[in-house]
Amino acid sequence: MAKPKLKAHRIARDWCKGCGICIEFCPKKVLELDTEAKAVAARPEDCIVCKLCELRCPDLAIEIETEREGANHE
Amino acid sequence: MAIKDYIRERFFPHMWCPGCGHGMVLNGLLRAIETLGMSKNEIVMVSGIGCSSRISGYVDFHTLHTIHGRALAFATGVKMSRPELNLIVPMGDGDALSIGGNHFIHACRRNIAMTAIVMNNRIYGMTGGQFSPLTGYGAMATTAPYRNIDHGFDIVQLAMAAGATYVARTTTYHVKQMTEILRDAIIHEGFSVVEIMSQCPTYFGRKNKIGDAPEMLEWFKNTTTPIGSKAKQEDPSLIERGVFVQKELPEYCSEYAKVVERAMKGRS
Repeated sequence: MAKPKLKAHRIARDWCKGCGICIEFCPKKVLELDTEAKAVAARPEDCIVCKLCELRCPDLAIEIETEREGANHE
Repeated sequence: MAIKDYIRERFFPHMWCPGCGHGMVLNGLLRAIETLGMSKNEIVMVSGIGCSSRISGYVDFHTLHTIHGRALAFATGVKMSRPELNLIVPMGDGDALSIGGNHFIHACRRNIAMTAIVMNNRIYGMTGGQFSPLTGYGAMATTAPYRNIDHGFDIVQLAMAAGATYVARTTTYHVKQMTEILRDAIIHEGFSVVEIMSQCPTYFGRKNKIGDAPEMLEWFKNTTTPIGSKAKQEDPSLIERGVFVQKELPEYCSEYAKVVERAMKGRS
């Protein structure tokens, strides 16, 4: 099975409350809070697709879209 | 199905505070249900009152938002009339063990097939941070400004003593373990109790100076350990997490069906 490749961090800005859990526990420090206190992927190239941000988000605001999954949707 | 297919998106963003552990329980629970591939029509979620109990409004199953502490009683009614449905009963620590303490122990004793989830944030969040039966000795709360002198329940020990046939504990930090435990609890044929230590940064975290949501998760990571670990032997104050009990005993609805059969003596 091929390693899933990151396509995009889909972050629902209107659902994100800026609690910082995704940022704190990202093993590669990919995410940051922007000036409006919403999570954004500041360094997506470092993402290893562990999906811990998606699994831990209390607001169900993060979805990690991968190349393989993306292909299935189309 | 994607997890978003299991929620009522029109009610999002939800009403829980930023960093509330209850949202993480919702997240983990939806993933457990997704892994099981269950359809929305075969699940009934019954909840009581409190921050935690608002969870039933967000899921697109059959849902009942009932009265304080009595979610298990309502769920028992649903299960007895439609035993083929899967009952999930999320409760807060106060809802389950103070107001609903009696319902809780007797549901455990009956071994009726349903999944009781105790979202334990050790405080009454919705009403302003009063201490609950899980706050514990020495902790701070709005109604314990000079520290709490009540000792807390141990949910796991209580459920085990009352006769639950599946008893587990995890935390919101350990999301993968949470999903696995919830999955196993849902398919268990009997009464399952899952305690999930959940953070209330607004009241418990702030009053006890533990910090914000990420710091509270760090606290769960540092104060818990897998059952029977070496760390537990070295530091007995650590809280164990994992599956404490998993056993088979006659289930209430199937036993009741046998009673009906005996009473009817083969007549239909």
